[in-house]
Formats: sequence, C-alpha cells, structure tokens
Amino acid sequence: MPLVYCGACSHAPGITARAERADTQTRQALHGALHKMGDDIRAARPDALVVVAAEHFANFFMNNMPAFAIGMADSYEGPIEDEAFLRIKRTRVPGNKALSRRLIEGVMQTVDVAYAEEWKFDHGISVPLRFLTPDYDLPIIPANINCQGPPLTPLKRAWAFGEALRAAADAVPERIAMVAPGGISHWPATPDSGKINEKWDREFLARWATNDRDALLSYTDAETCRDGGQGGFEVRTFIAAAAAAKGAKGTIEFCEPVPVFAASCTAARMQLAA
Amino acid sequence: MSLYQVQKLIYQLNRDPRTQERFLRERDAVLVEYELTEEERAAIVAPDIGLLYVLGVNGQLLMHFAALHKIEWLDYLERMRQGLKQHGQVREGVYASTGYEGVEAHDARLKAERETG
Repeated sequence: MPLVYCGACSHAPGITARAERADTQTRQALHGALHKMGDDIRAARPDALVVVAAEHFANFFMNNMPAFAIGMADSYEGPIEDEAFLRIKRTRVPGNKALSRRLIEGVMQTVDVAYAEEWKFDHGISVPLRFLTPDYDLPIIPANINCQGPPLTPLKRAWAFGEALRAAADAVPERIAMVAPGGISHWPATPDSGKINEKWDREFLARWATNDRDALLSYTDAETCRDGGQGGFEVRTFIAAAAAAKGAKGTIEFCEPVPVFAASCTAARMQLAA
Repeated sequence: MSLYQVQKLIYQLNRDPRTQERFLRERDAVLVEYELTEEERAAIVAPDIGLLYVLGVNGQLLMHFAALHKIEWLDYLERMRQGLKQHGQVREGVYASTGYEGVEAHDARLKAERETG
C-alpha cells in the first residue's frame, strides 16, 4: 500500500524531562500539536509506524557505526535513560519482525542498511512515542541515521534512505506510516543548551515544506555546525521524511523556540496524495 | 584513542543495567577492561562531569551518564561550566562550547520580541 502518513517532529528530552519549566501556554500548544499528530497517524489506520530516528548511542557506537539501521524484532525496550530524569517509564514496545524483514529487504535493493534484532529506544524515539502512541498499541519499526558520530551519513544518502523506505513501504500490503523525529538547530547537552537559531530553523522548515531537494541537501556539515550546532546534524531525519514524501509538500503544524527544552519544538507533516 | 575508551565505558554504563550493577559492585574490575589514563579513570569514578566534558565526551553520552548519577539538569550544566573554568576549552570532538546568553535571558528576549510583534 502507498505510505499512509509521513511526518517529522522534535524529540528533545526536555519536552518530558523539564516539562513544567516551560511557559504553560507554550507547553500545552506543543503537547497539543504532538497529540494531534498521533490522532492523524491513527486516522490513517496504519498497521505499523516506521520511526526514522537520530539515536544518541543507545545501540550504535563508534566501534561499529552503521550509516543506516532498521530494527527487526517483535518488541523493543526503552527508554534507556534514567526514568526519573526523562519521566517516561521504561516499557516494552511492540514491533513486527516479519514486516521489518520485508521492509529491510526492500530498502536493501538500493541502500545498504544494517539490521538489528535488538534495539533499545532512547529519548529520540521514546519522547515522540510518549505523545504519538502513548498506549504503545501500534507496532513500531525503528530506523536510524547516524547523526551523532562523525563521519556522519551524507545528506544525499539520508535522502536516498528516505526514497528507499518509501519504495519498500509502498511494496508491502500493510499500511505503513512514517514519522521522523529529529532536530533542527540546537546545542544539546552542552553549557549552551537552550541556544536556538530560530531564523535558520524557519528557513530549513520552509525548504522542507516546499520539499525542495536541492535546497535541503545544500547544507555542508561545517555550515550546519556553525549555524545549527551539533544538534543540527539531526536534520537528516527530516530530509529522509521529505524524500519519502515523493514530491508532496509539507505543512508546519507547530514550530516555536523553547529555550528550556533546548530546541525549536516542531510538528510537521507531508500532505501525501490520497 | 583514550577518549574512545572513556566513551565506550560510558556508552555501556548508560545502556546496560548489568554493567551498571557491576560498576557498583566491582568497579575496579569493570575499569580495567578499558584502556584509561589515570586522569580519565579518576574523572569517571568521581564522577567529574566538568572534566569529562573538557576531555571531549560527547554530550549525548555525558547527559545520560549524569542522569544515571542523579545529577539534576541545572547542576549538570553548571558542572560543565565549572569544568571549562578549571580545565580550559574542550579538547576533542564536536561538543565544544560556543557561548550562550542563558535560558532566562533568552526567554526574556523572545518575550520582548513577541510583544513588539
């Protein structure tokens, strides 16, 4: 079946870990936007949700770092973080090993992807799921792009991964939804935590919404690090989602800089053809 | 090479409850499995978040490591700032500090910008 939903959002740990420190109105608006995203995903009646993430050393390390990985298990655990810190209870989340395998076989036709029969979620997946599928009742298929340990996956390859995921999703009989939680500008987990380049974020999202491939792929890592910080490397997940939308345009449903959450908090979706 | 070993140990500690238990019960036996300098070993044991930051530990590893030690968020940020004062700039990696006005001043600036339209 053609992909039934394609979106992108923030995964900043502060959204749950420091929830009460944000202005109430802003927090409620953000939570509302993420809950709406969950409602929209459910309305698309998916059989599984592919989460294209930018994980932070929960599974992959510099001893054997894949440019891309996809989970292939019937369940996953997360979050790895201290529960009191992240304020998300550690739990088991359903997967679908057989479906994962077919999707991986599809992706492998054009992109060399590592597969993983074990996968622990960190805030990069657990924070979005806390809002999108709070009952953990939808099978999740985790995917990852190396946004953390240089040398990083090139942007044009993140695009190719998105295209490959789309082709694989379209080729299976199941209804597949995709969400890509990443980051735009941020300087996470450093003394600069809270710094946000709102102008850069809005420019990136404008390129995303018009699904302008050349403009999305024109950033160098040096420019991204200068203008968007280390966290800006996570634009790769947004880029994969844009590619998966196959030319569809996007809508930015929410985007506000929230310094205490250390990011421009975002919820966005591509308007896929019915 | 050595920073790699520091980060590898933190990676295992962050993600694996069994390594966490072993670290509590038989810390030295865990530590000898990694090629660490005396400075790195002491920084992990303390834990000296400021020094680990300056040594170049990736923030995404360090943040989880601090949370594992129940170090509160603002305290975590302050320890990194103190580390910079004591030990100078970050020596390796991409998590160097670039300067920031701080969340309170930033919030006030955003509020003022919204009010003036």
